[in-house]
Amino acid sequence: MIKLTINKQPYELDVDSDMPLLWAIRDAIGLTGTKYGCGMALCGSCTVHMDGEAIRSCVTPVSSAQGKDITTIEGLDSSPEKNVAEAVQDAWVKLDVVQCGYCQSGQIMSAIHLLNKNPNPNDEDINNAMSGNICRCNTYVRIRAAIKEAARSLNETVTA
Amino acid sequence: MQKDQVINISRRRFLVGTASVGAGLTLGVYLPGCGRKPETPIEQTTTMEPESTDPSVDLQFNAFVRVSPNNEVTIVIKHLEMGQGTYTGLATIVADEMDASWDQVEVESAPANAQLYKNLFWGAQGTGGSTAIANSFTQMRKAGASAKYMLVSAAAKKWNVAMEEITVDSGVVQHAASNNQATFGELAELAAQETVPEEVFLKDPEDFRLIGTVLPRKDSMDKVYATGVFTQDIQLPDMLTAVVAHPPLFGATVKSFDATKTKAVKGVTDVVQIPNGIAVLAKDFWSAKKGRDALQVEWEESNAFKLSSAEILAQYKETAKQAGAVARADGDAVGTLKTAAKTLTASYEFPYLAHASMEPLNCVVQITQQGCEIWNGCQSQTADQFAVANTLGIKPEQVKINTLYAGGSFGRRANPHQDYVVEAATIAKAINGKAPVKMVWTREDDTRAGYYRPFYYHEIKAGLDKDGNPIAWHHRIVGQSIMTGTANEPGMVKNGVDVSSVEGAENLPYAIPNMYVDLHSPKLPVPVQWWRSVGSTHTAFSTETFIDELAVAAGKDPMGFRRVLLKDQPRHLEVLNLAAEKAGWGSPLGDKRGRGIAVHKSFNTYVAQVAEVTVHDDKSFTVDRVVIAVDSGISINPDIVRAQMEGGMGYGLAAAISSEITLEQGVVQQSNFHDYTVLRINHMPLQVEVHIVKSDQPPTGVGEPGTPVIAPAVANALFQATGQRFYKLPMKLAV
Repeated sequence: MIKLTINKQPYELDVDSDMPLLWAIRDAIGLTGTKYGCGMALCGSCTVHMDGEAIRSCVTPVSSAQGKDITTIEGLDSSPEKNVAEAVQDAWVKLDVVQCGYCQSGQIMSAIHLLNKNPNPNDEDINNAMSGNICRCNTYVRIRAAIKEAARSLNETVTA
Repeated sequence: MQKDQVINISRRRFLVGTASVGAGLTLGVYLPGCGRKPETPIEQTTTMEPESTDPSVDLQFNAFVRVSPNNEVTIVIKHLEMGQGTYTGLATIVADEMDASWDQVEVESAPANAQLYKNLFWGAQGTGGSTAIANSFTQMRKAGASAKYMLVSAAAKKWNVAMEEITVDSGVVQHAASNNQATFGELAELAAQETVPEEVFLKDPEDFRLIGTVLPRKDSMDKVYATGVFTQDIQLPDMLTAVVAHPPLFGATVKSFDATKTKAVKGVTDVVQIPNGIAVLAKDFWSAKKGRDALQVEWEESNAFKLSSAEILAQYKETAKQAGAVARADGDAVGTLKTAAKTLTASYEFPYLAHASMEPLNCVVQITQQGCEIWNGCQSQTADQFAVANTLGIKPEQVKINTLYAGGSFGRRANPHQDYVVEAATIAKAINGKAPVKMVWTREDDTRAGYYRPFYYHEIKAGLDKDGNPIAWHHRIVGQSIMTGTANEPGMVKNGVDVSSVEGAENLPYAIPNMYVDLHSPKLPVPVQWWRSVGSTHTAFSTETFIDELAVAAGKDPMGFRRVLLKDQPRHLEVLNLAAEKAGWGSPLGDKRGRGIAVHKSFNTYVAQVAEVTVHDDKSFTVDRVVIAVDSGISINPDIVRAQMEGGMGYGLAAAISSEITLEQGVVQQSNFHDYTVLRINHMPLQVEVHIVKSDQPPTGVGEPGTPVIAPAVANALFQATGQRFYKLPMKLAV
């Protein structure tokens, strides 16, 4: 049995220890916000947070996620990153970043991680942090703008 | 104040019957020209509360609008939402004529029903060719206007006032003189009993209040909070996931296979042979994939395709020595070339390209007592119904389709042979329908399974007179036809010319008196199909870089040279001038920088792009800034036009600088995003500006036309920076 903590919920799963965390989240637990795009940590669609770090769940064996705090896009509300997540998702909506939307959970999870580490990223910081997340609709211009917008609103909150 | 009351109803033409609905009303809109007695449509709906249509209604009708007593306006969307914004665009058109409030509008995907939801340009239900807005603009307006009419008519009776005195604004119906007002929801039950008007007057475009404004996308929340459902997300009781072992070569077949090890994998339930390989089914994806990895298959490769890209190119070059089927012949291009003061020639090579949507291909099929039910980001509902019916031996109307969000498509999900949908249905049939099947292609399957943008080879010769005016142009194209052998062949292949192979070349807008375009369509077993912007993916590059070359040979500014040749093409000229002006064409750039321009019409939308590049010491380059001007007629939602121009440009930039599928002895060399490289955020220009031409022309599509223009703009900019021309995509600077 594999024991996982996803979005603060404990799970005991009867899956192989080599199953990637992605498929445990999607197929065994049934949380489908985290997407499959490449299976090789090349596209970032499967990005989740593990103990606060952004990881590619498609190459993370479920066994190595035991004992860790996993946050998926569905669990942002109850995560320690709640405020940053709210700012990022608000900015994503405000700027209508999405097109097909399939990669956007991963983009948002990476963006939250970036803003947690760097509250004022410039274009280069954003490019560096986000270049592991592919968007075939090429919404990149708006992703950059939305990250800056989220940073601006978070800084405003801090100042106020 | 509002002046667009619904007036002057004639009973001659449109509108035809009501659909009674327990919880509100559904409006039928008659499509002129389709007034025969309908066959009873199979009722399909994706909602929890299916609407019940009255089968005694004598004319077919087309349901797009529902209003609930709780004041929600539900607009049924007949096109696939794959990112292009059609949920928002189509709903905007209906809501504007209806004078609904944007906040009260909900959208819902239409069921498969060609009678009600066909693409009016095609006659079958489907999405593509940047037609979603263009084909249904008037249809959606009528749907909204007739809904409004019924609400106003109901209010007039309730308040005992004249309809003409009633105004509607943001979902509120009002009669000022009697101080009466009601919401759509409050009137819904009464309005449902109204006769649907046969004809309605549409707004003067000056009175549009939603069209032309920036409204938030209707799919945004679903996608930002990950509550939207893609095919990949479907979970049904007892569902099995299928992963397929496809042949390693196009045309190879299964000779034999040994599934002993596969069946030993925990979770694997079935291993079945299908025409295109072996399907492994399991309780979850990971088990199915492990099962496939353990499978031993011997392939029969004797009849398989084994050529390499280099050999295909060599064949195409040989073919190009012969005259092809004639696509355009103005004057005497060949004769004039012999007498021209100066002639230039160039040849161009374009690789196969995969669509590489973020959601790899997938499809869910459940065989049911009624026939079969499908969950899919479905782009060709009617054709998919026929193909699946044929596979399962049932009638097309027994194939129920739930159209979900598609995680991209770029044309791929509209496969002309319904390849992946049929494959999923075949697997469901092979296990005798014992469980719902979710077929999932891995990224590797998606990259290697074909249906690429074809490999193309072009040759262009042009002649200038002594004053540098182009007087002759001969363009020869060699590449597989995507339409031949499909249902589109009769309409798209004329006198040996597949129009989609030469579009953008045979209608070159430049005033050159002698012009000749011909085409060879060699047949190869590499599966090909349309890819975002289709023929323009290659013709825009060859024509727009070669015209640039001609300008330089004539000693003229590339912008001014085009301007003269486009003097009778006002819409080309307008986007060209707008992009040039906004980009500061002619203003100095720094060292190792260059600026290039290109203009191209596709899908009746005109796009010009100016690219600025910087060349680095290591011979890499950066596209720093792209200025885009677009004329797509009336902009339904200018922000979505902008988004499609930004994204379409990025999609084209990937092919311009990065992506290619290559074959070695028939084997596709790429498999995933490490070798089929696409655009990442660090290569997206930092500055992308979109300028929209204000227009009162009917709206045309924006999904594709932004894509083909960037490659020639970048190539022309790199020439300005380095003096190097580019004859092959993806572009590489000479080291």
